[in-house]
Amino acid sequence: MSSAYNANPSQLLSAVDETAIGLQVRTYIIDNFLLGAGDHLQDGTQLMETGILDSTGVMELVAFLESAFDVVIAEEEIIPENLNSLDNISAFIVRKSR
Amino acid sequence: MLVHHYLRDSARQSLGKPAIIIANQAHSFQEIDEASDRLASGLQGLGVRRGDRVATMLDNSIEMVIALWATLKAGAVFVPVSPGTKADKLGFLLADSEAAALIASTDFGQRVEDATTRVSFDGVTIWVGDKIEATGASLSEILARPRRPPADPGLIDQDLCLIIYTSGSTGSPKGVMMTHRNIYNNVWSISTYLRNQPDDVILSVLPLSFDYGLFQVLTGARIGFTVVLERSFAYPYDVLNRIAQYRVTGLPGVPTIFAKLLQFAPFEGLELSSLRYLSNTAAPFPAAHILALRKLIPQVTIFSMYGLTECTRVSFLDPSRLEAKLTSVGRAMPNSETYILDDQGRRCGPREIGELVVRGTSVMRGYWRRPNETTSTLRDGDIPGEKILFTGDLFWKDEEGDLYFVGRRDDVFKCRGEKVSPREVEACLYELEAVAEVAVVGMPDSTDGMAIKAYVVPREGHVISEPMLRQQCLRRLEPLLVPRFFELCTSLPKTESGKIMTAALRSSLRAAE
Repeated sequence: MSSAYNANPSQLLSAVDETAIGLQVRTYIIDNFLLGAGDHLQDGTQLMETGILDSTGVMELVAFLESAFDVVIAEEEIIPENLNSLDNISAFIVRKSR
Repeated sequence: MLVHHYLRDSARQSLGKPAIIIANQAHSFQEIDEASDRLASGLQGLGVRRGDRVATMLDNSIEMVIALWATLKAGAVFVPVSPGTKADKLGFLLADSEAAALIASTDFGQRVEDATTRVSFDGVTIWVGDKIEATGASLSEILARPRRPPADPGLIDQDLCLIIYTSGSTGSPKGVMMTHRNIYNNVWSISTYLRNQPDDVILSVLPLSFDYGLFQVLTGARIGFTVVLERSFAYPYDVLNRIAQYRVTGLPGVPTIFAKLLQFAPFEGLELSSLRYLSNTAAPFPAAHILALRKLIPQVTIFSMYGLTECTRVSFLDPSRLEAKLTSVGRAMPNSETYILDDQGRRCGPREIGELVVRGTSVMRGYWRRPNETTSTLRDGDIPGEKILFTGDLFWKDEEGDLYFVGRRDDVFKCRGEKVSPREVEACLYELEAVAEVAVVGMPDSTDGMAIKAYVVPREGHVISEPMLRQQCLRRLEPLLVPRFFELCTSLPKTESGKIMTAALRSSLRAAE
């Protein structure tokens, strides 16, 4: 990984985007699934395995992402690689919004 | 005639064949037979005796499968608890069943510890995953011991095999007692009409804490077929791709699962040519979905079925009559008989609505330590001493004897194939001081079958909000029971005696549909 100093501008921009998206998604998950108690939620926490999300939770998360970031998520994109941690979600939304 | 003999026999006959595939890992019948011997000996070493209850709080996993077989081999009764269960209810189930052991994932450590502390649970906890407490044992330690066959507990087929808790109209869950003889009969009957073969590969996303899910594993062991287990259906695209990956032949589901599958229509990205059958139970299969699936996957046989935990399964529609009788659930499965009784206890003729009654070896022993509920559900049949099961479900039959579901006698309804007791959800909302009155009803929904809706009246001088109600439910109820819709209102329709008329609320929802 290159440091922020020698990253090219578009990389830097997407890093900023990812952080902003991550924060917004984190707030949403803490408020809606963790009843405000988000101390243990790390960027890499596996949301299904730790019981934070279940099937319904995933559908609600998808609906939130579509409205908050103005993207359309296809059925084929609802996979763990895109949605199963804050890191994955942020990277996925950055890719979608490009 | 003991259920765990299936595993022993398949381990001998099917040399190295995968019994379970989960997370791309295959586990043979032999491997599971050996691991469950170790755990069965471990359970006996921890004091578990014939007839004791062993509860589990586990997601679909190889550990859950091992726990099932080990419990039976040790002579104990398997009590699977849904992993979404909150601490209060888990505590109730542990106390009610007087479990001697609980096998639980450390992922649910907090809830398990809250529950065991609250009810002063004096059984042993066996942790799956990293051991987090000084108390309890560790599954991985037990499984690392040398293999030693468990002591023969001396079971006969009248001994209890499973206790599965189910919601009732009163809101307090009741344990359905099934003997080895019940389960042995039901696995035989179901796999006979489904024509299961050793070369079947079944994809199961159903929770193993639900009898429909558990039966996939039990049947797999009887027939010697492979079950591809999934933890959940949260990522349907991944799950559906397993059909091509493992050449899956059977997909058991509930309407919610098939509704999800149909969102991928016309299935261009999915390879489904290996599928031989789909089976539906737990909630009515919408006719439109049956027709769409028949058209899109023409080689597939669709089994429309009906059952209840109290006898596992009641009926199935012969697939050759499906086209003509889209909304029927057919006739009694092998070695069962059904009839419909009116309020006076007379047998109904064709097209008369009454309560469905089941007789046969499939019928449960009763509700665990609930003599009153048992007497009202299991009543005397025509043969002295025989008990027949009153299902609480209203049905009619056509001139050829095929059955059609009408509804429940009580307020219980099914959301995503699972029973919802409105009383349980209402009790949770009544805990809020600001809530004066609540009525919970099922609202027809194309995906959930019935979605949960709560009407709430605030107490005078108090303010309530939807997020506040939702948070209370999330805290106290398993995710399935959290209402999807809340409606705040100033009053609820009542009878002259002041009883809330939920029937009026339900019919207003149907009218709005």
